[in-house]
Formats: sequence, structure tokens, C-alpha cells
Amino acid sequence: MTELHRGKLKIFMGYAAGVGKTYKMLEEAQDLKASGVDIVVGYFEPHGRKETIAKTEGLEIVPRKTVQYRDSLFEEMNTEAILARHPRVCVVDEFPHTNVPGSERSKRWEDVEVLLAAGIDVLTTMNIQHLESLNDHIWQISGIRVRETIPDWVVQQANDVVMVDLTPRALLNRLQRGVVYERQKAEIALQNFFREQTLVALRELALRQAAHEVEQRMGSEQARFQAADGATAGLRKHHKILVLVTADPKTAMVIRRAKRVSDFLGAECFAVAVQATGDLSGLPAPDREAIERHLNFARNLHIETRILEGEDVASTLVDFGRRNQVTQIFLTRPRRKAWSPALSRDSVQRVLGIAKDMLIVIVSDREPAGK
Amino acid sequence: MASEIRRKTPEDYLRECQAEEEAATPKTEGHLKIFLGYASGVGKSFRMLDEARRRRERGQDVVVGAIQPQVPEEVEPLLRKLEVVPLKIVGGGTAIDVDALIQRHPATCVIDGLAYDNPPGMRNPTRWQDVKDLLEAGINVIASINVQYVCELREQVEAITGKHVDQTVPLSFIQSADEVEIVDAAPEAPMERSADEQVEVRKREERLSKLRELALVVTADIVDHQLNDYLERHAIKQHFGAHERILVCITPRANLQEMMEIAQITARRFHGELIVAYVKQANISPEDQSALDARLAIANAAGAHVEILEGADPADVILAFARSRGITQLFVGHSQRTGLARLKGSPLDKLIWEGHGIDVCVFPQ
Repeated sequence: MTELHRGKLKIFMGYAAGVGKTYKMLEEAQDLKASGVDIVVGYFEPHGRKETIAKTEGLEIVPRKTVQYRDSLFEEMNTEAILARHPRVCVVDEFPHTNVPGSERSKRWEDVEVLLAAGIDVLTTMNIQHLESLNDHIWQISGIRVRETIPDWVVQQANDVVMVDLTPRALLNRLQRGVVYERQKAEIALQNFFREQTLVALRELALRQAAHEVEQRMGSEQARFQAADGATAGLRKHHKILVLVTADPKTAMVIRRAKRVSDFLGAECFAVAVQATGDLSGLPAPDREAIERHLNFARNLHIETRILEGEDVASTLVDFGRRNQVTQIFLTRPRRKAWSPALSRDSVQRVLGIAKDMLIVIVSDREPAGK
Repeated sequence: MASEIRRKTPEDYLRECQAEEEAATPKTEGHLKIFLGYASGVGKSFRMLDEARRRRERGQDVVVGAIQPQVPEEVEPLLRKLEVVPLKIVGGGTAIDVDALIQRHPATCVIDGLAYDNPPGMRNPTRWQDVKDLLEAGINVIASINVQYVCELREQVEAITGKHVDQTVPLSFIQSADEVEIVDAAPEAPMERSADEQVEVRKREERLSKLRELALVVTADIVDHQLNDYLERHAIKQHFGAHERILVCITPRANLQEMMEIAQITARRFHGELIVAYVKQANISPEDQSALDARLAIANAAGAHVEILEGADPADVILAFARSRGITQLFVGHSQRTGLARLKGSPLDKLIWEGHGIDVCVFPQ
């Protein structure tokens, strides 16, 4: 038996449907096949595009499986069949896809995890819109809440993220010439991603993310810190970020932001809720569920969570921060209305007053114009 | 007439975009599209010639005005299908034949490699100036360049590669292109080698990764530029936060050393922009003035340009400035962190509530 090592993951990243991610991925698949690599297509979404379909010619395709849900039949990637076939490389289109209910795993990226764990390399595609930590930015830019998201750590695990670029003008031309298929066209237009400024902003986000992904993968830390401007960063303080979880719906946004900042600074990130009893049992059901949901959300993003026992939110939070060498505390905006589940202004004021050794970040709403 | 009100279809949007585009670009000058790469072998020539092929298949008259002396194998079949106007050879150097190209006047001309100095005695000292002439003559140009040859990046590139670059193209010319597209690819995977060679391979990979990162960031900056232009042209006030921009506010008691340190690291890691500002205050005490001067000196020593703002209400002034610059993170010191003043109604409260899309980072002072 040879030692089982994890497969390599390569992501082709774009900023909109129609920029050519699948095409580029299949081009690479053809190159690999030509050089004798055992490669199969595990999932491919043809969308009726001739040029892209032509790129699958000669590639072995593992048939999809049919899944029944309610009265309809759906087709999903057949992960088990791919495992049985066990190629060296597998092509999996549409990384952020959500499987039909009743599937073994709810997300395609989880299927891909299974393939990687079995030692199969995977080539896949995604748009920047689907990265979890950018969800609020995307909402701000496009007015769209993207529901199918991928946790950042999943993308961080990729061995490489390649930017598939196309200018918005070329994309618009493609749409007009009908190179991009009907459904995709409707998708882009309906989702408002179509406005030129939206496309340009998404493209910029994708480029910056791709630059960040390159930097993250550079060998030594010193190299990473020199990369941006060629200068040495000098002595660097180690950052630790603490997020306060409340029932406030804005908490999800603060968690995303804190995670993004901590990823970029190379910092650790914790999320804590504070309750007098040290658990959530005493809370009214809606609050308890909201806090549980937020803690769960944080854990899914690979943030360590805890429920702290304490009567006073501010001092409990800051004490915990101090014991754990926290350097930054992330909070939602304090409430203006008495009935809001948000933190009170007094609590925020108290945190500011007590935590003199820490940076306090109050995360703003990121909302699209006109909302 | 209510019956005529309907939802816009994708085609409607397309027509609008196109009409807008046509209005924005006068027809007389050629359209410039640049493919930007970070090393030879990432596939710029291929992408460029593939675009030329597609334009030709759509019935456009396309010629090649310059091609690299050595083209990769996969490019040859593309090249064979295109008409080539040969380079002029003058005293051992080469230059594109601008006169011949203008006379031939194709719809599109391909220029592979923008960063060349022309031999003495040619109409322009450099090739990018030749391209400018082609554009002025109404010829569309598809060109390619590696990030190494952008003039303004020379220092950074030399720090990465240790090699001197002498033939460059100004960034402003690249920014003036109608379209800039990045050609991204993973650096080629090294083969199995001996330990010594592996060190070399790793170093090479690291160099390439740095250049790759630089190319992505430069492209993002160009896109950011275009986005701001677009927003300005269309009088759109919204900011998108696609680029992190940090504003550090100086006050006489701010712990500026720490603020600057964190701001600089954050800006660097996000490939963001760092702006420093202070709001001019009337009747400032001599102690505060000297404290302020000391802080301005810190900012200057850190190489930051300090914006001086004026206005009656400091929070309003800062917010207006932050909005105009698309700030995403505001670094402020909080004097009330020492006292027990209420947050409600304070300038900080205003910053928190009115700075939409701006995170407020409060530092102890």
C-alpha cells in the first residue's frame, strides 16, 4: 500500500457567469490528458455552450446520479462512482453548488473534500460572489444576498487559485453575441450583476482576492510580508481578534468581517457570547436560537466559540480578552432603539472605557445604495 | 400608458450599456486592449492571438505588427492564419513599421511586447509611442506586456528579481487602455530535483509568486481607477468598498505610533490605501499644538501624506472626507475612553452611526 496523501485542489476563480472559467478548466484538463494523466470529468454543466462542450471531447465523463426529491428528479455528481473509479484528477464544475435535499452531503464542496481526502486531485470553478467573508461586500455592491457560499478556509486549502479574467466590456459583448447561453444571461441580468459598475467592482474584488491567495501561499512568512511592497515589515505584533456574539442579526456580518480581517492579518479569531448563567437556557427562544445560529455560523468558518459566564457583558468580554492576549475586539453597532437585540450604547461605552489596551472595532453596515 | 410598462429584459440592459459605451468612446481613435502577465510562458501571446483569431473570424481585418522573436509552439498555428507586417530592422535594432501599418490600415493590429526602445532615428524613441500613433490613426491595437516592464514598478520588480530593467512603459499609458486583462496562471510546477536545486526552484517559485501578486494588484488598481472614473462620469455617489482604504485621524492626544503601525500592516496585507488626515482646530492651546506637531512628524516619518481638513464639526468633516475617498476603515483615538462621558451624542457616536460602509476602529489614547 502506498501512503494515502490528500489530493490537490485548484480553483478557477471568476467574477461573473460567462467569463470563461469552465472553458479554462477544461483546457487544462485536456492538457493533462494529453500528457498522460488519468483524468475524468466528475461534473460538468454544459449550459448549451458549443465552444465549452467541444472542450470536453475525448474526456471520460463519470455519469451523474439521479436523486429524487418530492416529485422531481435531479441530477447530482456521483461522488461514490468517482471514488470507485479513482482517477488521479477529477474535474468538478460549480464548486459552490448546493445539492438537492436528501443527498449524502449538502454542498458540492463537501463532495470535493471527500475526493481530496481519497487522494484525488480536483479542478473546480467558482465566482468571487460565493466567498463567505465577502457576502456583505457583494450585497453592498450588487444588492444581492448570495445564499450559496463557501467558507473561506475551504478556498484557503486550495493549492492554487487562478484568476480567470475578462473585461466587463468583453463579457457584455459575449452576452450580446450569444456566446453565453440564455440561462446564464438571464441569471446575470436578473441578479443585477449586469450593471457595468457592479461587474467592474466584482472584478476588482476578485483580482484583490486572487492577489491575496497568491500571497498566502508563498513559502516563508517573511516573503509574504515583503511581497506587497518589497520592504520588510519589521517587528510585527501578533494579533488576536475577539468577536462578541449577540442575538442581533448584524452579528453574522461582524463575524464575517472579523474573520476576513484576521485572515488578512494572520491573526487568531474567537467568537464569544456572554450570559449570566454561562449557557443559553435562560433566554427566550428567539434570542437563544439567534445566538446558537451565530455561534454555529462562526464554527463553520473555523472560528473557536465559547459562551462566557458573566452578569456584565463589557467586563466579562474584556477580562476574557485580556486573559487571552486579545488585541482587537469586534462589535456590532450599538442600538438606538430600546427594543433592538443589539448591544446598548452603555455596554459599548463600557468596553471602550475598560479595554484601554485593545483596539475596538465597530463594524458598520454594508448595504447597497438606495436601501 | 400602463400597458407599456414592463420589466427590462437582458436585451434592454445590453442596449443601454452599449449606447452608453458608444457615447463614451468617440469613434475616431483606435481601441487599445492590453494583456498583462507576470512572466513569459503564462500564455499572453496565446490569449492575444486567440483574440485576434476571433476578431478575424468575425470578419475583421487583423494584422500582426510585432511578435516575440521566439513564440511558443501552441501559438504557431494561430500565427500562421494571420497576416504579418514585418518589423523594420535598423542598425541592428528592430521597430514596428508604423508607416506601413498606417498605410495598410487594418481594423486591428497585434503588438506582442510593448516594452521596447526603438533604435535611434525612428519616428518615436519607444514602441508604446508607436502604438499611440497607430491608435491615433484609428487602428485598434491588441498588445501584451509583463508587469516587470511597467516603469513605476521598476523598483519593486528589481527588489524581487535582482535584475535591472531598462526598457519600460509608463503606467499612465497602460491605464489609458480601454481594456486591461490579466493573464493569470500558476507558476509551473518544478520537477523532482536534488536538494540544492530544490532551494533554487523554491526561490524561483517565490520570485514568480511575488511578480504574480504584483500583476494582480496592479490590474486591480487599474480596475479601481476605471470604476472611480465610471462612477464619476455617471455621477454615482455610491462606494463599493472593493478596495480597502484606511483613514487615520490625527488628534493631539492620539497614540499615533500604534495607529500608524496597525494601519500600515492592514493596508499592506489588504493591498489597500492609507490616508492620514487631521481636522484643523481653532484656538488650539500651545501644548496641544506641540503635541499635534509631534504627531504630524510621526506621520511624515512614516511616509504618509497628511490631508488637512477644515470645518466646524470635526465628525462631519471627517465623514464627508471619508465618503469622498471611499474609506472602509476609520482609525480614531477616543479621548472619552479615559473618562466616563456618554457615547450618545458624542462625535464618535456620529462616526459610528453615519459612516455607512465604514468600520470605526477606536484606539485608546
